[in-house]
Amino acid sequence: MILSKLKQALICLLAGRATLPYPAKPHPPDEGFRGYPQVEVDKCIGCGACAAVCPARLIKIEDLDQNTRRITRLLERCIFCGRCAEVCPEDAITMTKQFELASDHARQDLTHVSEIFMATCRRCGRCYQPATPLDRIMQPGFRHDQIDRGGDQSLYEHVRPAAQPPENAPAAVGEDQ
Amino acid sequence: MLDQLCKKAFFKSLWLYHTNTGACNGCDIEVIDVLTPYYDAERFGIKLVGSPRHADVLICCGPVTRQVVPALKRLYEAVPDPKLVVAVGSCACGGGIWYDSYNIVGGVDAVLPVDYYIQGCPPRPEAILHGVAVALGLLDKQVKPEALRQLPDSSESIPIEKG
Repeated sequence: MILSKLKQALICLLAGRATLPYPAKPHPPDEGFRGYPQVEVDKCIGCGACAAVCPARLIKIEDLDQNTRRITRLLERCIFCGRCAEVCPEDAITMTKQFELASDHARQDLTHVSEIFMATCRRCGRCYQPATPLDRIMQPGFRHDQIDRGGDQSLYEHVRPAAQPPENAPAAVGEDQ
Repeated sequence: MLDQLCKKAFFKSLWLYHTNTGACNGCDIEVIDVLTPYYDAERFGIKLVGSPRHADVLICCGPVTRQVVPALKRLYEAVPDPKLVVAVGSCACGGGIWYDSYNIVGGVDAVLPVDYYIQGCPPRPEAILHGVAVALGLLDKQVKPEALRQLPDSSESIPIEKG
């Protein structure tokens, strides 16, 4: 009886420590892990391909004025599928290995806002980007109404309010050029 | 104020009650994983209990379905004060890919006041441990809001000022 207990104790002592010392020491994920999608705003051309393919539809695209397109990403809903990084024609989105996303205010902390400088169309006065094969798939991305529903509007307070659509487009184009 | 209250009220250990509000079981499995000897959240005094009346923390996984709302509210009232609610997973944080489905109310914060959010689909066990450490005040959170603007005449982007 005592011998068997001693034997068990010896086995336990020889086994060593199995617990991961994680919060004290970093434990990076394996190759292929998809974490926080990092956006390089300098590279973005505002084509909207990421918004079209996003399964969570968390990328909202709107034109503030004739030169500015605002892309808001509500990453609290992100499922890290990596499709935005896959379709991005400029490789502006990379899936990092950052997984430590815990916070006490996810809606504020996991929001990424970027304002993209766009060209202005001479005919209609709106933003456009050069014609690419992605034109077709970018259309379903413009679903402002659905993304706004139930969202926290105070989130956009620090960004300029959206400009009204131009009433007199040709005059506005003249100013821009 | 909440932090100070937590430090006073939770100075010994946190007992968890784990609830599934409509998840796919991915987050549930990761939460269970955290309690295994390999990840060992019991180092921090965390223990899974079988009744909400014994619990300090309510862990919610999954988007809140319309059917589960009354049960979830009753569960929240059954946890004695002071209590914390932790949302685990993308679905619990904001509704995930189902945020506008016909039978989904939204994330857990649509029904209950949520104190901590742990993002991921599902979050790694390490991510949940990080959330635990953030909640206990051992580590700082790693995320912050980002707002950047491109400039027309240079290839760099600058932060958008508030106001």
